[in-house]
Amino acid sequence: MSFSPAVVSAVRAETDNSRTLTLDVDGWPGHLAGQHVDIRLTAEDGYTAVRSYSIASSADSKALEVTVDKLVDGEVSPYLVDGADVGDRLEVRGPAGGWFVWPGTDDRPVQLIGGGSGIVPLMAMIRSHGDAGSTAPFRLLYSVRSPTSALYFAELMRRAVDDEHLRVDFAFTRETPPDWPTPPHRLTRDTLEESVYPPEDMAEFFICGSTPFVESVANWLVDAGHPPERIKTERFGGIGVSP
Amino acid sequence: MGFFSSGFSGRGRSDNPDLPPGQYLTESFPVLSAGPTPRIATDDWEFTIATETGKVHRWNWAEFRALPAEDVTTDIHCVTSWSKLGTGWRGVSLDTLFSGVETSAEFTMAHSYGGYTTNVPLDDLLGGKAWVAFDFDGEALEPEHGGPARLLVPHLYFWKSAKWVRGIRMMQSDDPGFWEQNGYHLRGDPWLEQRYW
Repeated sequence: MSFSPAVVSAVRAETDNSRTLTLDVDGWPGHLAGQHVDIRLTAEDGYTAVRSYSIASSADSKALEVTVDKLVDGEVSPYLVDGADVGDRLEVRGPAGGWFVWPGTDDRPVQLIGGGSGIVPLMAMIRSHGDAGSTAPFRLLYSVRSPTSALYFAELMRRAVDDEHLRVDFAFTRETPPDWPTPPHRLTRDTLEESVYPPEDMAEFFICGSTPFVESVANWLVDAGHPPERIKTERFGGIGVSP
Repeated sequence: MGFFSSGFSGRGRSDNPDLPPGQYLTESFPVLSAGPTPRIATDDWEFTIATETGKVHRWNWAEFRALPAEDVTTDIHCVTSWSKLGTGWRGVSLDTLFSGVETSAEFTMAHSYGGYTTNVPLDDLLGGKAWVAFDFDGEALEPEHGGPARLLVPHLYFWKSAKWVRGIRMMQSDDPGFWEQNGYHLRGDPWLEQRYW
């Protein structure tokens, strides 16, 4: 697998700290929901930097969109969030990853659990599920600081209303929207259990977030009786600090 | 090269000759795992080497820890592009573990608690190149980093250094392990940038 030239064809702010870039890649083969791409930037003097980003777009859309969260001490993410403009060029390698994917080929229940910007590959799954008209029961639990730092907040609310096979639960850890039914809270063993499919539903779990988030949630699920082999995890973290 | 990303100047230019192509330095120790972290008590732990003839060599934790161990200072390189230089480990050399093992097979599959597998040619495990490590930075290896013990094969991308390792099975052919079946390279040499196949 080698790098292909890509052009930024659209940019869209998601939060104060993140945005979605649409990338046009010649001969883009399409992707599965949950996969990532490597993005390579080249400076004028030939210096290059490569980072991996989860694909946000639906597998059905054939478009390549990535949502990038700016890391305080990052090298590539500040350029992608603040610098890159429509028409700018970079390189893309991928799609990659054959494990943390929802292929959309069966109707088994799927429980998604995202922390912060860990929502991105899960959003690709939700969009693919919706676009394909899948009847697989889907449930998302999204743990995030506040409504303004939540990615895709409006779209998630809309999809949850429109799609009877999708349920969305938020765990706002610092601040909720006005008149939200529950006060801000951190996920705990108990609140987690109330917000996900029980073990007897035999759901497949996808968890994505920082290492401490994924570590806690996966351990609680295993303790609650969910078989480890039905829990797939993806962790970012340790590299750079999200503000 | 005529191609550049307008306005990108980069920050981390490093002339460090210890950094393989496409890698950048990190001071932290990121965690990458495909699933939940298995919890293995050392009382329940064992390590095995199974040869192509079916002979199985076994060590429980006490037997394993009674083997001569070495301090290893080495650089590690993750396929997700971070490298960490000068990391400190303590472990048992695979040369020690294989000293009583008779085999003519050239390939191995490392197996882990939790079901993870990764294939490694035997040549990459012997000759002072690989260890079963139980300490990191002078402390018992944390479960999320592979404790009680992980394979350490630092000259290959770090997914080859199987966390929670429980055994090695000899193979006649180079069959792919877990990540290798999911798109990653069969051997994974960071200096040749063998990331994907």
